[in-house]
Amino acid sequence: MKVDVNLTVNGKTRTVAVEPRQSLADLLREKLRLTATHLGCEHGVCGACTILLDGQPARACIALAVTLDGAEVRTVEGLQGDPLMETIKSAFHEKHGLQCGFCTPGMLVSSWDLINRKPQLDERDIRVAMSGNLCRCTGYQGIVRSIKAAADKWAETSGAEAKAGR
Amino acid sequence: MKPAPFTYHRAVSLEDAVAQLDNADMIVRPLAGGQSLVPMLNLRLAPLDKLVDLGRIDALRRGEDQGDRIRYGALLSHAAFEDRRVPDGSNGLMPFVGSQIAYRAVRTRGTIGGAISLADPAADWLTTVVALDAEIALIGPRGRRSVKAADFVTGPYMTALDHAELVEAIVVPRRPKDERWGHYKATRKIGEYGESMAVALFDKESGRGRVVVGAVDGAPLVLAKTAAELGKGFDSVRLSGVIQSELVASGRGFSPAKLHLHRNVALRAIRNAGLP
Repeated sequence: MKVDVNLTVNGKTRTVAVEPRQSLADLLREKLRLTATHLGCEHGVCGACTILLDGQPARACIALAVTLDGAEVRTVEGLQGDPLMETIKSAFHEKHGLQCGFCTPGMLVSSWDLINRKPQLDERDIRVAMSGNLCRCTGYQGIVRSIKAAADKWAETSGAEAKAGR
Repeated sequence: MKPAPFTYHRAVSLEDAVAQLDNADMIVRPLAGGQSLVPMLNLRLAPLDKLVDLGRIDALRRGEDQGDRIRYGALLSHAAFEDRRVPDGSNGLMPFVGSQIAYRAVRTRGTIGGAISLADPAADWLTTVVALDAEIALIGPRGRRSVKAADFVTGPYMTALDHAELVEAIVVPRRPKDERWGHYKATRKIGEYGESMAVALFDKESGRGRVVVGAVDGAPLVLAKTAAELGKGFDSVRLSGVIQSELVASGRGFSPAKLHLHRNVALRAIRNAGLP
């Protein structure tokens, strides 16, 4: 039996009828056609489906949509134009932070959260914090370099002002 | 990787949740943060007819400083400890442990009560609450009761929880101000379940110590003889011998490799406590 759930997805309020067993990831991809959220392992290990739930990173594949009535969901699509996300995206472009790109949406969301929480990051911090996002192409070198570059840039430019205003 | 169909109930109170769970005709499970249960549902490892969602019971999300002890609601997330959004009486051990569990995207959702109820031998909180000598507050069809953490865990994935009973809170005694703690976890990859972990506590003032080893294929092991040795200072050869003999005497039948692993992890936790 389907249950009505109210969600704010990327700033838009939606009411959707979901089966109790439906994951947030499947709701986003199949019903709302927000296909930037990727499904890798579907049991919370690979991090490809990482989204922001009430502003905090979460695995969409192991969040049941039925439990999320009233929640605010933000996906990579919803972070388009966000100054920090744009900084991260250009860093991934410049420093070869992706090859096939399947893991990238999760990498972007996790690093967005990481840089937001910890503006000063060294390589070890990045490797520890990103250990929950698997990549099978890059060997992580490019990803770590990209996040480091984005964090440094964010700390020295617009980030300082934006954070002061927050 | 999709769960089989089940029905859903959003509990409005603890009493409502217990009443829903108290059903002999079907398999009913409570949902806390879902970071272990939902993967198991996705893999169809955990059979389920009805899910009782505890997420809207606000009383379970409170951390309350009661002076000589701190009461943590079962639904407090690992991140709430990591970010120090709840009071701490463990001189920083609990915030540290919270920051070491899985990954940030899991810590924001996974809960201390859920982790303890599942009682995965390698769960970080299990070893920690046994080390801190916490009490587990339970609520069920026959009312409330409280169980010592060491008695709560009875084996791998086995607890003192009765039919339809829930963990309501974890009550942790405030530790002595000058007590030192050490923690060590052996994992192949950061964020994975530990292959071994240990917590060591030592209070110079009273001379009292406590050493607990986890991920030992069952309930965490309290190494009382080792703890009694802590007052004599850090001598790795002597301590190794005591830890080894206590691990062997536990009767868990550790392989030589596991014995070596657990012994060294316990020793490193003791060293990290910075014994004089």
